[in-house]
Amino acid sequence: MNLFDILGPIMVGPSSSHTAGAVRMGSMARALLGQPPVRAQLLLHGSFASTGEGHGTHQALIAGLLGMTPDDERVPDSFALAKEHGLKFIFDTVNLRDVHPNSALIRLEGADGSKIEVAASSLGGGRIRVFQIDGLSCSFSGELPTLVVHNTDQPGCVSQVTGVLARRGLNVATLQLNRDGRGESAVMVIESDHVIFPGAVDEIRALPGILRVTRYTPEGMEEER
Amino acid sequence: MITFDSLEQMLLDTKQSGLPLWENILQSDYRAQNITREQSLSKMTGLLDAMIHADESYRAEDRSASGLSGGAGGRMSDYAKGETLCGPFLSEVMAGALRMGECNACMKRIVAAPTAGACGVLPAVLLPYARQFGASKEQLVQALYVASGFGMVIAHRASISGAEGGCQAEIGSAAAMAAPALVHLQGGTPEQMAHACAMAVKNLLGLVCDPVGGLVEVPCVKRNVIGAMDALSAAQMALAGIESRVPPDQVLDAMAEVGRSLPHILRETGKGGLAATPFAQQYAPKEI
Repeated sequence: MNLFDILGPIMVGPSSSHTAGAVRMGSMARALLGQPPVRAQLLLHGSFASTGEGHGTHQALIAGLLGMTPDDERVPDSFALAKEHGLKFIFDTVNLRDVHPNSALIRLEGADGSKIEVAASSLGGGRIRVFQIDGLSCSFSGELPTLVVHNTDQPGCVSQVTGVLARRGLNVATLQLNRDGRGESAVMVIESDHVIFPGAVDEIRALPGILRVTRYTPEGMEEER
Repeated sequence: MITFDSLEQMLLDTKQSGLPLWENILQSDYRAQNITREQSLSKMTGLLDAMIHADESYRAEDRSASGLSGGAGGRMSDYAKGETLCGPFLSEVMAGALRMGECNACMKRIVAAPTAGACGVLPAVLLPYARQFGASKEQLVQALYVASGFGMVIAHRASISGAEGGCQAEIGSAAAMAAPALVHLQGGTPEQMAHACAMAVKNLLGLVCDPVGGLVEVPCVKRNVIGAMDALSAAQMALAGIESRVPPDQVLDAMAEVGRSLPHILRETGKGGLAATPFAQQYAPKEI
């Protein structure tokens, strides 16, 4: 805990969990798609579903999908901006069972047809946790630079990816790996202490067995490199 | 990383350092965070600027999505122009608290202090104070260090979350941060700041979190007013040499205990208190 956990964040109201966290969930989903979404389906769970309207949760999620941060004064106008940017979206409710009450399942599609499904929760104070990508469990907050690698479940994938990071001097803070079944697709989530720059992403993308590589850089860390 | 886990320790450490309290809080924090003094100061100045900008962004005609909030800040400002019950300074404080609470409800950009629901308390006392007593921006930034230093100890010993500790943890904490900040601006001692913090907490101890419809609007917006008035009265008592009989750290521990004892329905669930009134039913969360 530091002073700026007590004072701040600067955010568009009314709620750090239902508004600021929702913006972050949207921008995380956009980052994991790796491109601006053109189509989105947003399924709201629990308190997001029941009180989201009064909290601007819907506008906040769409603002995040457009790449806004929680302090962007355009958050309340995100629906109009989505129209300008060619983003079509629909909202519905869902029961995700035993998850945090402030959760949503976000399905996105990019202009080139690539798709992703991200399930995340807003934990309070604007902090979030992604707990599922494309149906595979994971757990990360986006507070550290994060690399998400979709790969085929085959020997050597992890060591090749971490090898690239090691050669480029990027320290791995945490690593998670989950798969559908033996030999099928897997998702690797790597949190690093350093911003994962595009060169490293391109190099990993070129490795055998790698299906997709996306990265998330926390707000305020972009200028580091 | 927690820098101080008790008010007693914060005061003792400050005494030994020979630094003013705000400076000791600043130095302890930037060292713990491994950032520079300039980075910390610029971030804190950014928060103050955002508070000022938010206050200026208020429009009396704005309404929240639910229709529950909007216009009260404008009404209070209008009233403050005439002969008021509380006089010009307190009327300005009240108007400021309402404006910021309504800005938050209407999706304007605000500074959570310590939470979004309680974002009106600190700016409501600091901005009119600066106008009334001519405090500089530097002094206001110092006051924010004092406020956040006390806030850290409150968060560590008790809570700054309504879901955890009820409204006493949100508006109560905001008032308990604003009170020592005011004592600092008036040139009071660190001991007076600690007593101001404690008295502000005591006066809102047990305040429940019972938002209508589960929304950060009713009673949150107007509770920013009582938070600001609580801070002013606690600061004035401390400056007059009045002390909290119960030692300040024990007051914070009592706040934690009260928070734990509050029933679930009175901790931000929107199921008890004002949220359970017949009026509130039309705003009740949708059944999913």
